[in-house]
Amino acid sequence: MTQATIPHQREPNPEQLLSILVRDEPRVLTRITALFGRRGYNIKSLSVGSTEHPGVSRMTIVVSGDRGVVEQAIRQLEKLHDVVRIIDHSLEKYVDRELVLVKVAITPENRVEVRQIAEDFRSRIVDVGRHALTFEVTGDEGKLTAFIEQMRPFGILETMRTGRIALTRGSNADIPGHVYHGETQALRPAVQIEQPREERAREVPNLF
Amino acid sequence: MNGARALWATLASHGVSTVFGYPGGAIMPVYDALTYYPEVRHVLTRHEQGAAHAAEGWAKATGEIGVCMATSGPGATNLVTGLADAMLDSVPLLAITGNVASHLMGTDAFQEADITGITLPITKHNYVVRDVQDLPRIVAEAIRIARSGRPGPVLVDIPKDIQLAPYHGEIPVPHARPEIPAPSQDAIDRALELIRAAQRPVIMVGGGSLDAAAEVTALARAWDIPVITTLMGLGAFPNSDPLWLGMPGMHGSVAANRAISEADVLIGIGLRFDDRVTGRVNGFAPKASIIHVELDAAEIGKIIRTHVPVRGDAKVAAQMLAQGASPLDRPEWKAQLEEWKSRTQLPDHWGAGYAVKSVVDRLRPDDILSSDVGQHQMLAAQLARFEKPRRWINSGGLGTMGFGFPAAIGAGMAEPGVRSVVIAGDGGFQMTAQELATLKMYDVRNVKICIINNSFLGMVRQWQEMFHGKRYSEVWLGDSNPDFIKLADAYGVPGYRASSAEDLPAAIDAWLADPNSALLEVVVPHEHAVFPMVPAGAALYEMLETEPARTPQPEMAEVAEEARNA
Ligand SMILES: Cc1ncc(C[n+]2csc(CCOP(=O)(O)OP(=O)(O)O)c2C)c(N)n1
Repeated sequence: MTQATIPHQREPNPEQLLSILVRDEPRVLTRITALFGRRGYNIKSLSVGSTEHPGVSRMTIVVSGDRGVVEQAIRQLEKLHDVVRIIDHSLEKYVDRELVLVKVAITPENRVEVRQIAEDFRSRIVDVGRHALTFEVTGDEGKLTAFIEQMRPFGILETMRTGRIALTRGSNADIPGHVYHGETQALRPAVQIEQPREERAREVPNLF
Repeated sequence: MNGARALWATLASHGVSTVFGYPGGAIMPVYDALTYYPEVRHVLTRHEQGAAHAAEGWAKATGEIGVCMATSGPGATNLVTGLADAMLDSVPLLAITGNVASHLMGTDAFQEADITGITLPITKHNYVVRDVQDLPRIVAEAIRIARSGRPGPVLVDIPKDIQLAPYHGEIPVPHARPEIPAPSQDAIDRALELIRAAQRPVIMVGGGSLDAAAEVTALARAWDIPVITTLMGLGAFPNSDPLWLGMPGMHGSVAANRAISEADVLIGIGLRFDDRVTGRVNGFAPKASIIHVELDAAEIGKIIRTHVPVRGDAKVAAQMLAQGASPLDRPEWKAQLEEWKSRTQLPDHWGAGYAVKSVVDRLRPDDILSSDVGQHQMLAAQLARFEKPRRWINSGGLGTMGFGFPAAIGAGMAEPGVRSVVIAGDGGFQMTAQELATLKMYDVRNVKICIINNSFLGMVRQWQEMFHGKRYSEVWLGDSNPDFIKLADAYGVPGYRASSAEDLPAAIDAWLADPNSALLEVVVPHEHAVFPMVPAGAALYEMLETEPARTPQPEMAEVAEEARNA
């Protein structure tokens, strides 16, 4: 028999990578995900964390869909009061990473082989059990997928991926203005006030 | 000063003179504090939905922010329809809700509802006040957000303990209105290039151009380009002007829909290409290059491909587009438009259309006309003639039955010197009929209610007639409608009735001449359809210009029987 037919071999759905800087307020995550959900844009991965600026969180979102989808999503996002800045990574070079934990079933016979593969991927062992090893791998999406595929024949017990995170390459000064959406509006404090009271004013510093 | 008083002080400092609301346990400190602010009028409606729509009516008539308030839980959820309505029609609205005390929030306490969660997708932004020191500036910020850019509703939820906590800070003054960005000269130049070369240009204006009516009018006249006004844009161009082609879309005029279908350049100003306007999207303006002037960038290219996007203020854009204009000489196009215009059929025999026409013909240019939702709304939009903006108030985006009457109260209270006329159906009026009490309580004298009583949920019946084999399922009201005159009388509101073309003029005269707010019930034939019509899913050029031949009108008993058996 020649090559087995692969079921559902279709064009991979294009995906778009966005970073969204948001004010760190209650419900921000809901607001953003609800916006994507309501308009039917499928979020493939989402990671959120704090940034170098107090009061500002950063979300990296991978959306499946073509350019039209992201462009519309960006315009809708720009209208949200919590959104400070949107970075459309497809317009610039970027680095992206993802972390995965993979728990692989181990037998005395395959132990060495599994460890060797892990070493090839520069993966670390983070937990050692009698019948399982748990590996940590970071890298871009392709590397993680390749790692999981290599481990699959041994028996994967559990995996967890963090979702992608991304930063533009180079110093920010080199980055053309069009990459940043919403740049013209100065970063707004969470709530604008006439005379900011020193101790409370949640001034957000200029990021770039 | 506690949080509640700081709230009123902030509203007052922002020029809020009237608030529509309804009290309850979780907002009692605010109502208590109200007694210290006689300069702010609180209008007690009979339902929170009435409060929200009245605030919308206020905002739509004046262009200023409307304010409504409610207690937690059921009070807050009763505002939801009004907030969704304001969101879709870009109405600047501030909703204040009380909530249970902070320490109870999230515990399913008595009358607790997560109103900020519930209204997340139907507000421009919303807040829960967590610290009384934030309250006044949050309210000021909320007002700014509601009014700026593309306006919309903003909700501020205030837990009861925050209303009672002492506030020591200043009372904020209004934010300056942020400047609306002017369109780029480059975009304008590209648009002008298209306009100069156009053979069959049209301008189409929506609700986003109401405050640019003078500029849009000047632009159209300078280039001598015909104008179409959407349901939301009615009044943005004087309807007496020969350049006016009417309303586009599902129940649009022949001239408007044909012009869109044949145009080679379409200049859309302050609109969002709603599907009721476009019909089947890939059949919309198939021959035209589209120039889209719009403040909200997210609307540009959302539905319709745009050849020249012009992002910015409609006023400034219209001025820029008018500069250096000279009338286009396009006699063939004008002749074609005149031919289409001549196909307009005015209702000439007794029916809902005839009744609506008789009423709207009696309006003065300053009168505010509101409508509810249904056939009477489309008839009013087709038949009324507006010379000024902000004289037409209806629920365009959400199509909310029950909107018209409370909105007319809000508009009437905003402008006590003008007549605020509302046309409603017998179905929709009953959704908010209890607001008759509001008229009585505040001695409102300028609201004129006209009910077009066809004993049916007419618009749904029309669809059933046309698309569901005349199976009239659950749309017959005739056996259960109240005596509307007696209903009005029960609230102390005078009522008039007409049931024929002969009775109507005298009834209208008496109704309008009544020194009080008054109700006119016009009893019309049961089956009446609104035409022209573009069937759902069809393109504008596939419109049915007149009603297809139909069977003769059955007797009332037969109709009722049929409805019951359906
Ligand atoms: C709150 C709400 N419920 C249902 C509808 C659906 N709907 C649209 S028009 C209509 C009929 C309206 O009937 P009526 O108020 O008698 O006015 P008519 O069409 O007869 O003029 C209905 C039920 C709606 N628009 N709003």
